[in-house]
Amino acid sequence: MLSITNLHATVADKPILKGLSLSINAGEIHAIMGPNGAGKSTLGYTLAGRPGYEVTDGCVTFLGQDLLSLAPHERAAAGLFLGFQYPVEIPGVSNVQFLRESLNAQRKLRGHDPLSGADFLKLARAQADAMGMDMDMLKRPVNVGFSGGEKKRNEMVQMGIIDPKLAILDETDSGLDIDALRVVGDGINRIMRKPDKAVLLITHYQRLLDYVQPDFVHVLAGGRIVRSGGPELALELEREGYKDLAA
Amino acid sequence: MTNLPTRRDEAWRYADLDALARLWPLPAAEQIVVAEGDTLSRVLVQDTGGVQQINLILERGAQALFYVLNCGGDYGRVDLSVTLKQGAHFSLQAAQIGGDSQTLEIVTTVTHAEPDATSRQIVRSVLAGQATGTYLGKVAVAKGAQHTDSEQSVKAMLLDRSATANAKPELEIYADDVTCAHGCAIGELDAMAMFYLQCRGLTPADAKTLLLQAFIAEVFEGAEDGDRLQALALIKLGDLV
Repeated sequence: MLSITNLHATVADKPILKGLSLSINAGEIHAIMGPNGAGKSTLGYTLAGRPGYEVTDGCVTFLGQDLLSLAPHERAAAGLFLGFQYPVEIPGVSNVQFLRESLNAQRKLRGHDPLSGADFLKLARAQADAMGMDMDMLKRPVNVGFSGGEKKRNEMVQMGIIDPKLAILDETDSGLDIDALRVVGDGINRIMRKPDKAVLLITHYQRLLDYVQPDFVHVLAGGRIVRSGGPELALELEREGYKDLAA
Repeated sequence: MTNLPTRRDEAWRYADLDALARLWPLPAAEQIVVAEGDTLSRVLVQDTGGVQQINLILERGAQALFYVLNCGGDYGRVDLSVTLKQGAHFSLQAAQIGGDSQTLEIVTTVTHAEPDATSRQIVRSVLAGQATGTYLGKVAVAKGAQHTDSEQSVKAMLLDRSATANAKPELEIYADDVTCAHGCAIGELDAMAMFYLQCRGLTPADAKTLLLQAFIAEVFEGAEDGDRLQALALIKLGDLV
């Protein structure tokens, strides 16, 4: 599904990713762990196409397409979803309006008819219910006045509505209490654990992986994957830290 | 004023004087008096260019609610001179939307002549290309006009580095028990918000329009035909992005 080969990227002329390679197949859940400053968030932003994240070498193929040649909204329509570490507050724009316009913009690019208001609300209500969010919150401005946990839940509601092929979730577990962590973990499993989908979880901690069992765990350090393994690698990291790997 | 103004006249400092010369002499200002206890609600859509001047007097306890969309012509100016008697209330909610080399101006003088009057002004400008958007807003509180309560909130969004916003909220206060607030901000669209919206599938143009729509939304809140104004503004915004 996603194939990253020798990816180099700079931010403000500073090299952050230095030859990262990673392959993700449909049906797989991958976790990327690593120390602060290793380039984890940069990887997410670069794959989503954030301005200022300059790819200087390497290539990325997503579902047979050259991902790096697409604009951010085209990457979204192709099936890529970035869950933000810090979801952005947008005063004056209601969640419902934003999500309906987003979903229909994606459908349009894929050559599908737009979803009617009624059908959209039905879908939105079902996804909000599943994440324990009431519809009033969905009608409020995007993330404005939401707690850290509510913002992350809202990201999962968005993911459920948009129904992507590949979700890159950047520290979706940060700022969550134990209960919220379980709700978000269940959400990821429910929406994304399917044979035709895949997940890239970017996280610092083992605890989210208790709820969302990864098939593969990778350690990102110094802008490259320095070690890969199964779920047991996350436990080892939790026990022993990154210090032996970061060199 | 009988002579054509120059740049030295503070009220015309940012005006398009060439366009003004073509319009000169200006028609007389419209005179409006809102009688004691009455309410006037007025929508002004300036979409063809020109200078519109209104002198407004609010008698005791009267209210005037003005909704302004200033968006058309090479040069569009809306000039309101307002006098508030005791307990009167004036509100202005205005949007200026301009591109190319348009010059758009909203100029207000709000005089709190007697106690207990309130005034609220919200002005939002969206400017692209070489456009200039100006708000000059003077609030004068007369001696003895105690318990005056006035607010000015002025924000401008520049879509291009070549556009210009001028904002000058001004207070002249001769009473000692008043609340007068003003806030002013000039900025650009939030890059992170733009990226977030595009990550969910919106095209850059749609993302911009959505953010700008939100930026001016409060201006038409409460207007009788707010939906029509919002729709007109949206068409104009669509031309800019």
